Amino acid sequence: MTAADPDLQSFAPRRRFRVGARWLPYLLSLPALLVCIGILIPFGTAVFYSLQRYRLSQPWARQMNWGENYLNFMSDPAFWNTLQVSLTYAGLTVSLELLLGLGIAMLLRESNRLNNAISVMLLLPLMTAPALAALMWKLMTNPNFGVLSYGARLIGLEEFKWASDPSTAMLTVVIVDIWVYTPFIMILLLAGLRSLPKQPFEAAALDGVPPLFVFWRITLPMLTPYILTATLFRLLESIQQFDIIYAMTQGGPGDTLTVFQVEAYLNFFQSTNVGRSAALLMILWAITYFLSSIFIKNWLRLRERARGDA
Amino acid sequence: MYEKEKGLIDAFIRGDLSRRGLLRGLAATGVSASAASALVNMAQSRALAADFDWKKHSGTGVKLLLNKHPYADAMIANIETFKAMTGIDVSYDVFPEDVYFDKVTAALASGSTEYDAFMTGAYMTWTYGPAGWTVDLNEYIMDPAKTAPGYNWDDVLPGLRASTAWNGVPGSALGTEDAKQWCIPWGYELNSLTYNRRMFDQAGVTPPENMEGLMEAAAKLGRDIPNAYGVGVRGSRSWATIHPGFLSAYANFGQKDLNVGADGKLSAAMNTAESKAFHAQWVKMIQDSGPRDWSTYTWYQVGTDLGAGASAMIYDADILGYFMNGGDNAEAGNLGFAAFTPNPAASAPTPNVWIWSLAMSTFSTKKDAAWYFMQWASGVEHGTFGATKMDFVNPVRKSVWSNEDFRNRLEASYPGYVAQHDASAPGATIYFTAQPLFFDLTTEWAATLQQMVAGQAPVDEGLDQLAASVDRQLKEAGLG
Repeated sequence: MTAADPDLQSFAPRRRFRVGARWLPYLLSLPALLVCIGILIPFGTAVFYSLQRYRLSQPWARQMNWGENYLNFMSDPAFWNTLQVSLTYAGLTVSLELLLGLGIAMLLRESNRLNNAISVMLLLPLMTAPALAALMWKLMTNPNFGVLSYGARLIGLEEFKWASDPSTAMLTVVIVDIWVYTPFIMILLLAGLRSLPKQPFEAAALDGVPPLFVFWRITLPMLTPYILTATLFRLLESIQQFDIIYAMTQGGPGDTLTVFQVEAYLNFFQSTNVGRSAALLMILWAITYFLSSIFIKNWLRLRERARGDA
Repeated sequence: MYEKEKGLIDAFIRGDLSRRGLLRGLAATGVSASAASALVNMAQSRALAADFDWKKHSGTGVKLLLNKHPYADAMIANIETFKAMTGIDVSYDVFPEDVYFDKVTAALASGSTEYDAFMTGAYMTWTYGPAGWTVDLNEYIMDPAKTAPGYNWDDVLPGLRASTAWNGVPGSALGTEDAKQWCIPWGYELNSLTYNRRMFDQAGVTPPENMEGLMEAAAKLGRDIPNAYGVGVRGSRSWATIHPGFLSAYANFGQKDLNVGADGKLSAAMNTAESKAFHAQWVKMIQDSGPRDWSTYTWYQVGTDLGAGASAMIYDADILGYFMNGGDNAEAGNLGFAAFTPNPAASAPTPNVWIWSLAMSTFSTKKDAAWYFMQWASGVEHGTFGATKMDFVNPVRKSVWSNEDFRNRLEASYPGYVAQHDASAPGATIYFTAQPLFFDLTTEWAATLQQMVAGQAPVDEGLDQLAASVDRQLKEAGLG
């Protein structure tokens, strides 16, 4: 056999192709693998740090303390306050945004020029960076020259202090969150509403079924997968809220708004307490994972039911 | 240059002739004031370069990390002088203060070699120094091969030199024999009263002389002056709320943040009876006469309210008042300055100080060149240039403070500024206990203050809880 053998030469490219075909699946999944590694390395590092007593200002004291950071949380009132504030914030914003988003989507359900134009305009807050939106609201609620403070005084609320008073700080940041993110839920639900099959609604109209009954028994069940998706997205983002709260109050007044991300940020960048900051973020990750698992499980169950598998 | 002019300038450089005498002499020879200044700068650079090899690192480049600040502006305005004198190229990144320290922490924690020197505050070095991120500058200052003979380190105000040096032992005093010089003071601010003279005249109020007087004056001004509140102080949930007026007044009543035991262990000291009495006064002052959204107030809001005429006075950094008395602020030219001794039993003010300083990164690969820059930027010549030509206040050198031009300029445009500085400076130092949990504890202190002002926590109870939490954190960190 020689290299010049024409019969053998004709096989060479095919052999190369066979080798390529063998590696092709691995090559195709390589980008996903790289992304996975890119996620897992920092994640693993954070887990490692969370098991250490690690303060940048005391490098000599760095050591593994295993679960001590987590155990310390159990007896730390600041941690329980953070948990409570984060869940309250997420619960309030998501439920109110869902109600408002669904209401607006129902109003804009009919596809016509006016509704389409309004739905596009309603998306404008979503295009504003949340930190900028927070600064804008901070100016609007300024007691000296803010337009909203002026409005509050007109209706007799002379001393309404918005984000600077513990009793109204949560309300204020929730309002800003609603202003920014309700359009997101609205547009998702609007897309869902417009994609629902028309037949059940036509049949209900022919039978003279009351609108409220149609909403509860037809619209809402059919829209549930969309609602779950929108809720999942918003819940994940809301429980990890940072920019609106930090830009408006830095977590104050007092510890009124010290949500997980703000607390973790201050622990790292201000206190340089890497161990505690990482442990806080790990707990936030666990909560997020738990919540998203519930939502995804329900979403899959609903999808199977819609297909008639269950 | 003509011989006569040259002789005059050389006499000035030697210290045989005052600046005023020099300018008069040059004017007699037909040199205009601006040309005279340029000639003096050139001659000073020449003199500076005469006895030291400033060109040793010519061709090197150093990179700086800077906060957006008038000190940085003054340095940038004069940087060509340094480049021409040394042949060292200087580049820099400038960040606004909101994100500046995050950037510094990220750069240093990652061991980045990008920046050779950076601006910092003394409190930050209590983290950076022990972490091994900054260089002990004693080894440069004390080395005649690296530091020009005219640098005159002893010319830097002693309180500031001490405040930027720490031996790294939690609770240990600043500026001890074994302390490491983590940074070089560059410019500083002390805390006193800046007040609106127009409003004071209108309300028939004189600058208060103690805490009671401050509370009364602020309340009266709030009542008598339409659309203005009595006194501006910081209130955001940050360590920055504690360090200016609040700690200055707190220290004046002889109170401390932490106790240092004989065994070196630290414990909270903010729940003594005297501390509680002071806190109660401070809280009442804010409730009665502070801004309505006090809990969001940083130095920026405190300053701009004063400049805009929304507040009658501030108890904050003197340089904040300085900057509000100029530019296009509505109240420019109306502001006055007064030293402040809150405790009637105290003999003098005790202003806590904030010192903008220059530090060198441990990870710098051009440390010697970076030190050349640092000694020039913190030297007499640049300090004088900044103080007389730019807004480089407060200078850290005694020689600059005794500069007639500088003092006259302040006297003319900032009534009472020099007097308040001279009265405050002897007691001006850092009144915090140096320890690595500084930011944790002061942020929590600010949050507690917010709760007290909002009526969420009574002063007594709030301070006891704060002290318990501080003790717990100190124990957890192995310091208590």
